[in-house]
Amino acid sequence: MSGAPSDSVRADPVLSVRDLRIGVGRNNELLHGVSFDILPGETYGLVGESGSGKSITGLSVMGLLKRPLQVTAGSISFQGEDMLKLGRRARRKLRGDRMAMIFQEPMTALNPLATIGRQIAEMFVIHRGMGWSEARRKAVEALESVRVPSPEERARSYPHQLSGGMRQRVMIAIALACRPDLLIADEPTTALDVTVQAGVLELIAELCKAEGTAVLLVSHDLGVIANMCRRVGVMDRGRLVEEQDTKALFENPLHPYTRGLLAARPRLGSRPVAGRGRLTELDEVVADEERGREAPTLTTPRGLRLEATA
Amino acid sequence: MPAVDGRTRPPPAPTPCEAKPLMLRFIIRRSLQMIPTLLAVVLIIFVIFSVVPGSFISSLMAEGRNVMNAEVLAHLNEQFGLDKPLPVRLWDYLWGLAHFDLGISYRTREPVWNVIEPRLWPSIKLALTAMGFAAAVGVPLGFLAALKPGSVFDTGTMMLAVSGLSVPEFWLGLLLMYVFALQLGLLPSFGYQPGSIRHIILPAIALGVSPMALLARTTRAGVLDVMNADFVRTARAKGLSEPRLVRAHVARNVLVLVLTTLGLQIGSLMGQAIVIEKLFSWPGIGSLLVDSVATRDIPVVQGTVIVIVLWFLVINMLVDVAYAAIDPRIKVT
Ligand SMILES: Nc1ncnc2c1ncn2[C@@H]1O[C@H](COP(=O)(O)OP(=O)(O)O)[C@@H](O)[C@H]1O
Ligand SMILES: [Mg+2]
Repeated sequence: MSGAPSDSVRADPVLSVRDLRIGVGRNNELLHGVSFDILPGETYGLVGESGSGKSITGLSVMGLLKRPLQVTAGSISFQGEDMLKLGRRARRKLRGDRMAMIFQEPMTALNPLATIGRQIAEMFVIHRGMGWSEARRKAVEALESVRVPSPEERARSYPHQLSGGMRQRVMIAIALACRPDLLIADEPTTALDVTVQAGVLELIAELCKAEGTAVLLVSHDLGVIANMCRRVGVMDRGRLVEEQDTKALFENPLHPYTRGLLAARPRLGSRPVAGRGRLTELDEVVADEERGREAPTLTTPRGLRLEATA
Repeated sequence: MPAVDGRTRPPPAPTPCEAKPLMLRFIIRRSLQMIPTLLAVVLIIFVIFSVVPGSFISSLMAEGRNVMNAEVLAHLNEQFGLDKPLPVRLWDYLWGLAHFDLGISYRTREPVWNVIEPRLWPSIKLALTAMGFAAAVGVPLGFLAALKPGSVFDTGTMMLAVSGLSVPEFWLGLLLMYVFALQLGLLPSFGYQPGSIRHIILPAIALGVSPMALLARTTRAGVLDVMNADFVRTARAKGLSEPRLVRAHVARNVLVLVLTTLGLQIGSLMGQAIVIEKLFSWPGIGSLLVDSVATRDIPVVQGTVIVIVLWFLVINMLVDVAYAAIDPRIKVT
């Protein structure tokens, strides 16, 4: 279930993915024709079980798929330009500059042997042609903008001296250093302490809003999506099975899989028992849902509550 | 040992002025830690040479220089202290060692240090040249092989590396001698001249091939490992070109992985050089050791082994210092 959003007046999408197929070689397909649009400044959510193909979708937009994986069909259009027809060099120039990505694992995503400052400054050196000393000054400013305390000192620190939340802030500083038009955030808070998740999400929302950066927010956590996105696409086993306004999705999920996903959200106080549902559990929940059981309450990181009604 | 702390968050990085005394303290402590190791080595050598048959005197007689009567024998035994029981000899030796006295050579009747000292520089020179050759060839080979895994170059290099590791140094030395000295007449086949580069080429290559092969393999594995790391994906997402990515992010991380191998190889090279030094008549520690064992010149044997062990320990310490300098996660304490 794909297709363009149905609102009447809108700008050209910053990212337009059409019938994207990703496979290992030619015959083993992992993504079976995914289509979605992201409008300038919009935060679009991509939600789904682990293994449903969210990360490879994000990576393919960046042009970062690793060897056995490749785009086998479809198109990725970024600001009107077909990414799949662009030369390697031209695409690399866009990366980090016009489109940026942050990843799930803040612990390993930074080079352990380089200072934080240098790793941010690198962005200004390669995309803005600055000298290192000027770039370092800009790096401190960037650290300040992601609200890392004592940025001067932190710029001289190494990644292992920072907590996970701080490292993810550094990743955000790197990603947003060149004020990109699109930020792909792949499970940006999944690996973080619950206590710092909300802060990191708020930071992303705030900075991207200020700069008009569109965000593709990938998460398996509906609470995160509900909090951040106006529109959301639901992925299941390599397909985009449903796309809706977030509010509508919670009020009236169309696809049985989505209903299951909503029901599998841990209830307040029952986190360890409910866990993050795997597919097998999900199937049971879907069955229960369809028998008309009471829907659970969703709790978002900001404490926002949403009633999910089947 | 330096400690790697991956998880915990230490206080902010020490400023240079705090870091220096820390490093000095580390070096002093590690030097003190060498003492028990050296003691153990001395003890082992003492025991071995009291168990193996033959003594300096019997080796003199074996040379047929003179047939000694009992009186002369007893005199010699007394002169060298061989009449004393083992614990007493050990104690005397250790007492001397504590005063940096390695004893007197049975053979030359000189202080052992005077026998070893002129051999030291040729040995160090050979070891470092061999290692320089090994690193200068092995590390780039491994790097290039890893950048195109599965390519003809990669396969070829790794096959070469396997052969380099399995070929005996002695045989390789003979082969080099035969080809470059005897057949082509390009290089001298043996001997040592203080300033001569030509003389060191063949023994250094013979000695360096196996560490070179090992380094090529370690480097290749290290590069493949690092290229798969998350931070390399981050670097790509930042828009770095591949050459820049390798220079700025991969190389140093690989160096950390290769450093261990490098250190262990330099450390053990002195020991491995024994055969090569003998083969090429290189007047180093290794050939001295062989000669002294043959004549049962125990004080020289002991002194030589101590020097070789010290070399190993010192190199290891330097490697740890280098680690701390390269990797901010490693703290010397
Ligand atoms: N390098 C790879 N080789 C083969 N299959 C892969 C590779 N990477 C991911 N996959 C498969 O692609 C599917 C989607 O993975 P991914 O996009 O990481 O899922 P998600 O991010 O939604 O958890 C999974 O079934 C996974 O097993
Ligand atoms: Mg993923």
